[in-house]
Amino acid sequence: MVKLAEWRGKQLFRKYGVPLPKGHVARTADEAAALTRDGTVPLPCVVKAQVLAGGRGKGGAVKFANTPEEARAAAAAILGLEFKGEKVKELLLEQKLPIARELYLSVTLDRTLRVPILIASAQGGMEIETVDDAAIVRVPVHPFPGLAGYEKRRIAQALGLAGPAARALDPFLVALWELFVREDAELVEINPLAVVGDGLVALDAKVIIEDDASFRHPEYDEIHDDRTPLEEVAREKGIAFVQLDGNIGVIANGAGLTMATLDVLKEFGGNPGVFLDLGGTDDPKKVTEAFLLMARAKPTAVFLNIFGGVTRCDTVAKGLVEAMKEVPERERFPLVARIRGNNEKEGIEILRAAGIVSIPTLRESAQAAIAAAGGKA
Amino acid sequence: MTVLVDAQTRVVVQGITGHQGTVHTRQMQLFGTQVVAGVTPGKAGTEVEGVPVFDSVRDAVAKTHANASCIFVPAPFAKDALIEAVDAGILLSVVVTEHIPFHDMLVMYHYSKSKGGRIIGPNCPGIAAPGLSKVGIIPNVVFRRGRVGVISRSGTLTYEIVNGISEHGIGQSTCIGLGGDPVVGTSFVDALPMFESDPDTDLIVLVGEIGGQSEEDGAEYIRQHVTKPVVAYIAGRASPPGKRMGHAGAIISRGRGTAETKLAALSAAGAQVARFPYEIPDLVAQIVARQNRR
Repeated sequence: MVKLAEWRGKQLFRKYGVPLPKGHVARTADEAAALTRDGTVPLPCVVKAQVLAGGRGKGGAVKFANTPEEARAAAAAILGLEFKGEKVKELLLEQKLPIARELYLSVTLDRTLRVPILIASAQGGMEIETVDDAAIVRVPVHPFPGLAGYEKRRIAQALGLAGPAARALDPFLVALWELFVREDAELVEINPLAVVGDGLVALDAKVIIEDDASFRHPEYDEIHDDRTPLEEVAREKGIAFVQLDGNIGVIANGAGLTMATLDVLKEFGGNPGVFLDLGGTDDPKKVTEAFLLMARAKPTAVFLNIFGGVTRCDTVAKGLVEAMKEVPERERFPLVARIRGNNEKEGIEILRAAGIVSIPTLRESAQAAIAAAGGKA
Repeated sequence: MTVLVDAQTRVVVQGITGHQGTVHTRQMQLFGTQVVAGVTPGKAGTEVEGVPVFDSVRDAVAKTHANASCIFVPAPFAKDALIEAVDAGILLSVVVTEHIPFHDMLVMYHYSKSKGGRIIGPNCPGIAAPGLSKVGIIPNVVFRRGRVGVISRSGTLTYEIVNGISEHGIGQSTCIGLGGDPVVGTSFVDALPMFESDPDTDLIVLVGEIGGQSEEDGAEYIRQHVTKPVVAYIAGRASPPGKRMGHAGAIISRGRGTAETKLAALSAAGAQVARFPYEIPDLVAQIVARQNRR
């Protein structure tokens, strides 16, 4: 999941022909002043923090400016802000337009229908979750014929657009659809989509690109604004790794088993801090890498829950023991293991030789892990 | 009668010369599956585990009458592999490959459907009917022949649960791993009717995960159409919203797809809900004991 900042999303919009306000990115207050002074960004303008979290307007991360000096002041006020955990490093300056109405438009995947779905509402500018269902139109689009003319007309009607504005919507929808398919997007959202005179302009851009399509989109590889540094390392190594709030590191194999392990820990009062899904592997080196990655997250204790199928228990045990040797003494943490399944006996024996006991039941091993981490949270 | 596979299932393994393809061809053979052909373009005339390799699925079908495919082809080529299988007349494909872009899967799903085909997966462990046949990668040792049907979105968690049921001395009729991606060829709603109408299945175990609403849809189907007892478990109660938990499909997005809503829907539909995986075998054992008394 690659979430694009607004300005990156708008770069894509430009590529596909979606009309935008005149604008430019700034990274310093001086730059912001200069962009408005030389007319690159016409005044009056809006200065927007380039962060991924929503609610920027209410959160003081969007300001208006009528002069280059005001643009400088607005930029200085927003840059360096910490907005919902993100430091503001970039701004987007855009011409302020006379907006007649604000609409909502997006395309995403409908998992149940197994087709892309266009979502539109005449009530734009607020989060779509808060809009009354009756004010939202959903148009599933079959991937083979693609977006049909009548579907576009249906959306225009739902948005209350007629005449030139309805005609302006047509290329807009085509661009949105093509971007969604060709860029392997999970979500393309324009909110608000502004009616300006007889035309339409995308005031905001929210684009999420699918990770799994990175083999045909290397251009998104370096964008990982929403991952922690350790999550980024894990991604490069092909390990599913999610940082959470707690102190117990969980290593399991398979997403479902890892989630179930978190559930059991939480139920008994534990507080999971890392979700690490080894996946299926028969390479002890991958296990060692995963374990060392876990060590870098500095957990209070680690709970290893393996059910050997494709992955053999002895492979995991070997990789684990190797990794333990590489972790410096003072950085070590208690380890509670539960390994079951394929080559269970061999795996348990390897762990025992290294001083690690495997507890057979999930309930008891989870409780032991919580105790090892210093008791209930 | 069984669900999807039986002793007559003749499997072609696409991507048989790869590491995974080779390992699991052997495991399928040990389970009793008739693996009749393998396909790797450019490797025709060779053999893997005694199975003849062909350049194309069309050649494989012509020579061996394969009627099901197991796909291990890497993600960038998986869409092509599936279309090739469908065009060769194969109507059941198990796609083991993970990390297939969902835009590709949309094409795979609709193309297959338009030709009357069925996909299990992608990113799935496949199907196993103990004593009859297995198409996929579920470990052989966890199974016992019996009358419990298992439908799951998970992989390893399914093995653990099936193993637990087997350790209680209770066997399975068929187990299907649907896969953890946002778009799957077969969902709970598609699989439930097969088990409901299967005379070899007496009760159904449903293992879901956070993300999407396939469990809610499944619950609605259960409420309306399923007469057999259902035991359900949902993984991910402790997972935070907005984070993708290992499976591409396991994400609570915009407040939807939480474990709570799924569990509530399943419970309201009459399913017995297990709060932990280790409660499932006990619940199953209780139901089996009741059924045996009748």
